[in-house]
Amino acid sequence: MNEMDNKWIGKNTIRPDGADKVTGRAEYAADTIMPGMIWGKVLRSPHPHATIKSINTKKAEELDGVFSVATSADCVDFPVDTPVILGIQDIRWMARNVLAKEKVLFHGHPIAAVAARTEEIAEKACELIEVEYNIHPWAIEIDDAIKPNAPILHDFINFDGKPSNIAGTLEHKKGNIEEGFKEADVVIEREFETAAVHQGYLETHACLVSVSPDDRTTIWSSSQGQFMVRAMTSFITGIPQSSIRAIPAEIGGGFGGKTIVYLEPVATILSKKSGRPVKMVMTREEVMRASGPTSGSKSKVKIGAKNNGKITAAQGTFYLQAGAFPGAPIRGAAGCCLAPYDIPNAHTFGYDVVSNRSKVAAYRAPGAPIGAYAVECVLDEVAEALKMCPLEFRLKNAAKEGTKAVHGPTYPVMGYVETLEACLSHPHYKAPLKKLQGRGYASGFWFNAGGESSAQVNITEDGNVVVTTGHPDIGGSRASIANITAELLGIDVNRVSVLIGDTATIGFSNLTGGSRVLFASALVVTESTNQVIDILKDRASKIWNIDKEAIEWENGEARPAGDNAGKFKPLSLVELAEQATPTGGPIGAGHQVNTVGAEGGFATHICDVEVDIELGIARIIRYTAAQDVGKAIHPAYVEGQLQGGVVQGIGWALNEEYIYNKEGKLDNPGFLDYRIPVCSDLPMIDTILVEVPNPQHPQGVRGVGEVPIVPPLSAIANAIYNAIGTRFYSLPMSPPKVLEKISD
Amino acid sequence: MSEVKFISPETIEQAVDAYSKSSKEGKTKILAGGTDLLVQIRSGISQPDTIIDIKNIKELKEISNDNGSYTIGAAVAGAVLDEEEDFGNNWPGVLEALRLIGSEQIQGRASLGGNLCNASPAGDSVPALIASGATVKIQGPEGERKMPIESFHVGPGKTNLKNGEIVVNFQFPKKQRNSGDAYLRMIPRTEMDIAVVGCAVNVTIENDKCVDARVALGAVAPKALLVEDASKALIGSNFEKEAVEKASLACEAACNPIDDKRGTISYRKKVSKVLFKRALEKAIERAKKG
Repeated sequence: MNEMDNKWIGKNTIRPDGADKVTGRAEYAADTIMPGMIWGKVLRSPHPHATIKSINTKKAEELDGVFSVATSADCVDFPVDTPVILGIQDIRWMARNVLAKEKVLFHGHPIAAVAARTEEIAEKACELIEVEYNIHPWAIEIDDAIKPNAPILHDFINFDGKPSNIAGTLEHKKGNIEEGFKEADVVIEREFETAAVHQGYLETHACLVSVSPDDRTTIWSSSQGQFMVRAMTSFITGIPQSSIRAIPAEIGGGFGGKTIVYLEPVATILSKKSGRPVKMVMTREEVMRASGPTSGSKSKVKIGAKNNGKITAAQGTFYLQAGAFPGAPIRGAAGCCLAPYDIPNAHTFGYDVVSNRSKVAAYRAPGAPIGAYAVECVLDEVAEALKMCPLEFRLKNAAKEGTKAVHGPTYPVMGYVETLEACLSHPHYKAPLKKLQGRGYASGFWFNAGGESSAQVNITEDGNVVVTTGHPDIGGSRASIANITAELLGIDVNRVSVLIGDTATIGFSNLTGGSRVLFASALVVTESTNQVIDILKDRASKIWNIDKEAIEWENGEARPAGDNAGKFKPLSLVELAEQATPTGGPIGAGHQVNTVGAEGGFATHICDVEVDIELGIARIIRYTAAQDVGKAIHPAYVEGQLQGGVVQGIGWALNEEYIYNKEGKLDNPGFLDYRIPVCSDLPMIDTILVEVPNPQHPQGVRGVGEVPIVPPLSAIANAIYNAIGTRFYSLPMSPPKVLEKISD
Repeated sequence: MSEVKFISPETIEQAVDAYSKSSKEGKTKILAGGTDLLVQIRSGISQPDTIIDIKNIKELKEISNDNGSYTIGAAVAGAVLDEEEDFGNNWPGVLEALRLIGSEQIQGRASLGGNLCNASPAGDSVPALIASGATVKIQGPEGERKMPIESFHVGPGKTNLKNGEIVVNFQFPKKQRNSGDAYLRMIPRTEMDIAVVGCAVNVTIENDKCVDARVALGAVAPKALLVEDASKALIGSNFEKEAVEKASLACEAACNPIDDKRGTISYRKKVSKVLFKRALEKAIERAKKG
């Protein structure tokens, strides 16, 4: 397909979900109601760490208006010594996170749930549940969890032959690290810390579940994957997947945090036991206390380079909080942190550390911002020691096609260098700065994913198109799929309607995560659409009574391929649809496959800050994000992804943090004191869409959603240094911390 | 929340009567804009069995100007006061403090009376009211009384109101010629936040000399403070560097803050000096304009 001829790909078409969202018609999970519906509420642990000696639900069950009570005794039993792997999750932990079994492991850990006529009665009934605890000392911070004689969360986890809170490790090696540092003229080593931060989706977790007497179960919920909801609910409740229909609601933000379940299995048990549909909606406080933030971390990074600017060696050690159960995103930290660079000798090591915090969930490029923060800050110091421009320094060491990455693969065609060049030639790079203003740079990488995807493309009786895929749309996939389908069929984009199917109406599709959705669904939609075009040619061949091979599809109509094929008036999609029945029946095709060929994404950011040195406030005054986006199918959505990632990175860098009090309880479980940026905190964020198409994808798509949160933490830290000459090694760089360090 | 009795009186007398009776029997809360109360009820901090809505009492919604001396009803919303152009010309510091409470939507409800009675040490309007020299009119079962704002609070969440007493209005002194007030607060974000430190300054200038000054701080002690030593340092000065420095040190000395999730003791102390100087500069600029 000639790039210049594109009519819909690369155009900012109207968003198919826009009208419903701005007029309040869009249906989110909490909007769904059913006759006879009752309300579920959760009893949560008042302690950060305790063994559950007994749970007595009798008084709760006897309260007027209560229909059912659930505890872990109602769940399938998963022995702690046998892994039950589902994607990147282990159902052993998921089940115990949904309803605590042997122990409560964080303040807010669910213990039991009640379904009652009203939320108020359910809450009251929760208070009547009697739980006997054996309270243990707790560990919140990494240092407290890994010190000798730390309170052990899980006695079956061993490290170095001893019970430990280190639940796992991961290592990447290349070359000879000792030799590499010997060759270096400049070696810099620094230690860093980051606080745990929450995804901050505005829509709290919510679901409605109805279980019929024969166990047929319907789940309406807000998630990043209806098939994930079906599978996890099936595992935990024991109801077979074939009996569960999971219907995805419109989603009010997820950012990775809705890739696991919290409420659905609980509501299913409550509905099954009561015979009533059960609705559950978390409060913001419950979201903050008991859903997954991403890890806080501590790390150490050492980088050596020659005077000529070539990096000879790099080393990184990363400790990441997993929360109550194993599963910190160490792969993102240790695997992505050196990915933009061609480094001959490298060693990265990650530790997965459990502690008495809520179990972490995925958050936009999980782990990658943590690794990049440390590496990109040290790179800035090395560049300074070498008296090199930070961007030129990165350019000199940039990974290219053919580079063997520290985390394993040899890169195919990729556009990291192009992002550096785009920044160097952008006006922002040379714009003057005033006193107390500074500029910082950083790069970032995210793996991107492919995986299972299913699509069905159907031609309606009036000759329009309905496309169904199986991934909740959180970043513009519907608009992008409409663009692609319209382009392939050669019809107006407004004739294409794109829907998200439920688990009963579309084939298995992996969840929306890993920046995979458009890459994967465009592949299966393209294949399905090409099959539809083939069918349309076949129908024309029947009408004209000529060979199918003598027909071409162009501009939304079948035409004879040349004069030899015969002279026929072209048949449009509408005309072929009208004659569908006599020519063979309904026209449609589907495709489902495990997609491969997703390639990584690279970004480089420029950030300007201004620091109020009397108050310790750093304000972001200008920001430019350059990213290799492969091919921007819907540029406005791609820009939105870049801008959104940067905004979340700004929050992470400046003010967001989980603050625990002395009792081991989260002290800021709300948006007042958990400070995500507000609009007035932000400048307009400029984007540069670098397009180096992915050769393994029909439209050249690369994932774009996660990379943009990777560089901001270090870009901002480097900019603050440039402004005031003080380096910060701990996030967030909140006003009290900044002022304290400046005053020292 | 279970069942709550909701009373909506139309006169102060009815309100006082209902309040003094019901607060003997159970937990009663006064509702003005509700921007604090509803949040407290939802989070379980407050569980009243009776709510008395005072928004239908005429006197509490009135704004009047008696020859330059303003009286503002306790339940007047920020957005309503904002439309009184002349009030903003007289007391720009008070208005800017009131306008910092919550978002645009909240501004349609939030009131000076509510902000005062909520008795948060970080309430934005309180330091500005103290600096203005305003007094509050209170009515209770034993009649009416007046109190300067700085005497109103006891500590976090606690006031000097007696059983059955409600705040009726705020009475501002006549603005002096060549005087100006200003309020500034430190928050980590730019909006939608609670003051880590707040500072209000009100100065009067004659022939480049400071003839009157009132300085108040918020969020640095169990209650908002009138910093009299800062006033003393300024009065009689030409705002020369030494005098301003002395006043700022008085602000720092007056601080008795806590370490909490919003800021440390040392941060609050340092910031009180900075905000004082910045608010003073703004107040002087306004005073010089008239």
